[in-house]
Amino acid sequence: MSTRIFGSGIKRREDPRLITGEARYTDDIKLPGVLHMAVVRSPYAHANIVSIDSAAAEAMDGVVAVFTGDDIDLAGMPTAWLIPDSDLKTPEHPALAKGKVRYVGDGVAIVLADDRYRAQDAADAVVVDYEELPAVIDPEAAAQAGAPLIHDDVEGNIAFRWAPFDKEASDAVFEAADVVVSERILQQRLLPTAMETRAAMAQYNAATQELTLWCTSQNPHIHRFIISAVTGLNENKVRVIAPEVGGGFGSKIPCYPDEALVSWAAMKLGVPVKWAETRSENYQVTIHGRDHVQHVQMAASSEGKILGVRATVYAGMGGYLSTAAPGIPTILHGLLYVGPYTIDSVYCESIGVMTNGAPTDAYRGAGRPEATFLLERMVDNVAREIGMDPAEVRRKNLIPAFEDGYDVAAGLTYDSGDYPAAFEKALNMAGYDDFRQAQAEALAAGRYLGIGVTAYTEMCGLGPSQVAGAVGFQGGLWESATVRVTPTGKVQALIGASPHGQGSETTLAQIIAEELGFPVEDIEVVHGDTTETPMGWGTYGSRTTPVTGAALAKASQKLKDKARALAAHLMEASVDDIEYADGSFSVKGSPDQAQSIQEVALMAHLAWNMPEGMDPGFEESQFYDPPNFVYPFGTHIAIVEVDAATGVIDLQRYIAVDDCGPQINPEIVAGQIHGGVVQGVAQALCEGAIYSDDGQLLTGTMQDYCMPKADMFPNFELGETVTPSPHHPIGVKGVGETGTIASTPTVYNAVLDALAPLGVEQIDMPLTSAKVWGAIQAARQ
Amino acid sequence: MWPNKFEYARAGSVDEALAMISDDGKFLAGGHSLLPVMKLRLDAPAHLVDINRIESLSGISANGDLTIGATTTHAEIAGSAAVQSMCAALASACGQVGDQAVRNFGTIGGNIAHADPASDPPTVLVACGATVNIQGAAGARSVGAEDFFVDLFETALDDGELITSVSLPNCSDCQCAYVKFPHPASRYAIVGVAVCLKMDGDTCTQADVAVGGATVKAVKCAGAEAALAGSALDDAALEAAAAAVKADIADWLAGDIAYPESYRQQMAGVFLKRAVRAAS
Repeated sequence: MSTRIFGSGIKRREDPRLITGEARYTDDIKLPGVLHMAVVRSPYAHANIVSIDSAAAEAMDGVVAVFTGDDIDLAGMPTAWLIPDSDLKTPEHPALAKGKVRYVGDGVAIVLADDRYRAQDAADAVVVDYEELPAVIDPEAAAQAGAPLIHDDVEGNIAFRWAPFDKEASDAVFEAADVVVSERILQQRLLPTAMETRAAMAQYNAATQELTLWCTSQNPHIHRFIISAVTGLNENKVRVIAPEVGGGFGSKIPCYPDEALVSWAAMKLGVPVKWAETRSENYQVTIHGRDHVQHVQMAASSEGKILGVRATVYAGMGGYLSTAAPGIPTILHGLLYVGPYTIDSVYCESIGVMTNGAPTDAYRGAGRPEATFLLERMVDNVAREIGMDPAEVRRKNLIPAFEDGYDVAAGLTYDSGDYPAAFEKALNMAGYDDFRQAQAEALAAGRYLGIGVTAYTEMCGLGPSQVAGAVGFQGGLWESATVRVTPTGKVQALIGASPHGQGSETTLAQIIAEELGFPVEDIEVVHGDTTETPMGWGTYGSRTTPVTGAALAKASQKLKDKARALAAHLMEASVDDIEYADGSFSVKGSPDQAQSIQEVALMAHLAWNMPEGMDPGFEESQFYDPPNFVYPFGTHIAIVEVDAATGVIDLQRYIAVDDCGPQINPEIVAGQIHGGVVQGVAQALCEGAIYSDDGQLLTGTMQDYCMPKADMFPNFELGETVTPSPHHPIGVKGVGETGTIASTPTVYNAVLDALAPLGVEQIDMPLTSAKVWGAIQAARQ
Repeated sequence: MWPNKFEYARAGSVDEALAMISDDGKFLAGGHSLLPVMKLRLDAPAHLVDINRIESLSGISANGDLTIGATTTHAEIAGSAAVQSMCAALASACGQVGDQAVRNFGTIGGNIAHADPASDPPTVLVACGATVNIQGAAGARSVGAEDFFVDLFETALDDGELITSVSLPNCSDCQCAYVKFPHPASRYAIVGVAVCLKMDGDTCTQADVAVGGATVKAVKCAGAEAALAGSALDDAALEAAAAAVKADIADWLAGDIAYPESYRQQMAGVFLKRAVRAAS
């Protein structure tokens, strides 16, 4: 091979079918006789269901059945992250509400009809009499005495209170510190907005008792597990297929009532049942992200040494606890309070609060953006308080380079990092010192420029199963993979993870190609079907490349060992004399004698002439449980200009230096960073789900919910450093969430830096022009 | 995303369309305002009369005045040399409606019949003194744009009436501009300002100003016009006009959760100044 496939920015192999519209999503799959399900959803955030009259709906043309919560005999939807030492309550979550609705969109009935329009017509004709109750949306308000009680068995609406650190030690640090800065930070609700909305279709064979569920899942094996649990079917009789899945960003991790309901209806009626979400439903009922009210403090010396960070976090859970919800504002949040700094004292009290909003759960970054934001915000506050440049404060506190393990006060052991190198590289790319000069000159001319710098590290590649168990995750976090080579030398890589837009079919093929020398176009990555693929825990937490990638690398290495031994046997040479290069095995000193990997694969299948003790076939499987998380890191910098007349923010430059270890495919890494940065910047500048006080979602469509647009962004300036993970077979770290984690505080701090001369110190996100302009007016008065 | 049941029929002529429409029906032109509303089940017309194939409703003619057929698309208007020359602000506004796909389907007639206050073309039509030409069972009539737009999503159209065209005076000797502050989510106007200035040397002899987006309908702004007319469009005149425009629209303000009325009112002043600078 003239160039290494590992590290090469080859085009994404999944793109032709995606771009040409040939990809088949759940809703594209047609089954004869399918019934369409429409869900009657609550228009109230909190209400008792007095009565449901479905007679008119049932009488409509094409309507087969209407069912309400009393008809459904499914087990409740489970919460699968039972965080320990938190007095966790897991309120009942029926697939359809029974007696009471708890957020706008809560399902109260389902209609099955022969066509989707008729199903919707009939859903509109179901008459539900509600007795409206007072609602509460803000998580801090919901935790106060006297707030409307959402679940009778969740006293004070407090689902959990997680505070694993030493409070007295933290308090002592804050009492002794020269400087303490404080801020109330609002991490607003975000709508994940995957391009494909959710969908599910189920088919049940009563004779064999086999259920097949096609659905938009990031983790079909987990879906199988949960569907088995709620329906009572044996798990080996449940087949879950995630066909093409158009993005998830975490929103397709949970198992939702809708997926259970199509399964139940298909079993009940004996015909296939399909449901496909509208975008309006997607915004109402698919999980939301973030929703924290944080009271944060940072302690520092007057020389800018950060001494401690502490926070009380009210984390909105919504009307029910979604599948992984309790783990997000706790394990994935509070353990990240050290960031890339030498902070010796951390304290986090995270209070999970039931509210009358849609359930929240993991959204890209999931807990870690909320931690990185508060750290970076507080570092800028410390800098302002002591009159030091914020970049200098960061420089003073960065953890020095380390190659193999660094224990931090939050209890984690970072794997490897060289934070100062990434930091200085980003500052150089930005021309930081020159910018400060230009900024001063612009200010003299009445223009408001600002710069924001974020140094971050994050924990991903979830994760060691032992840790998963210790933190209450109701599953393992290993992955498995099979590398199967056909007699003609073509490769199927079967994986338990379930990529849905990340480009993993390309990067994972590159790993196999690197290890075994097959051309990448001969390698097919197969995923998404629980019957076809080995067990795996899914694609989230930036884990597929690190965890599945490791399983594939190790399976490939086992195949290579077998190939080497077989090649030696076929060439009548000693294994020690076999040399491997570019998919070919040759005998040392006799380069004319060679066996290609394809020839070896064929001979392994034919098994005409095997070495003693070697089994036939050319296939290896590997389970891989990572010994630690991986910790990518980097520094992001944004430069903005604020138009003081309107409050409009112009993002002029965005510099991102990220270190995810060796890059398998730099184009895909860049794509992940681009997408992540866009989503994170959007949180800072424009996205935010807003409920009215009585719990109506006011940002129910994209007319009001501001998705980022391409013209909001400059060309991103990317750089990288390469620090391999010491514990990973090929050194790689995850990169799916870094952009989202780093970019929100970067742009936020840049805007507040621009506004500093005007006296503006804090604005709740998103930084809409109206809020920025309002803050400028208020500061001028 | 699943509209209620409706009937569909295509009309071959204006007379046929008028004969086919009934009280619970709607004319279908580009459909880019009507169909989203139907898909959200916010409206449920029992039948649609498709007027897209009626030839007499489409096209741009420039004989003294500018006349634009009702089913002429935004893209055609934005790209028309005649419109660019005779009312550059309208070409600019139509070029800022939605995205290219919307502009290729959406029509001027459908746009103004829908009367979304945050849409761009109505603001220019009001500023430039356009006339809306209407055909009904009882005959034809014409209504000035300022009177055509009555209130939020409300026009002077009677049941069963069809917009056939809009006419604009030739504005090729004026300096006109449409400047828009787009809503980051929808790209509709938070505020849109259209100005049409007649100049004698450095002096503005006549100013026509309308504001949309910030208001429940496109509003003609007499106070701002008076502040600009007779001035040299200097900073003082612009400040006076900006102050006046906020008063002009005070009774008509509109807003949403993210960009409230008070902000939009202030921005009308800012964007009036920017529109005058863009025009002059």
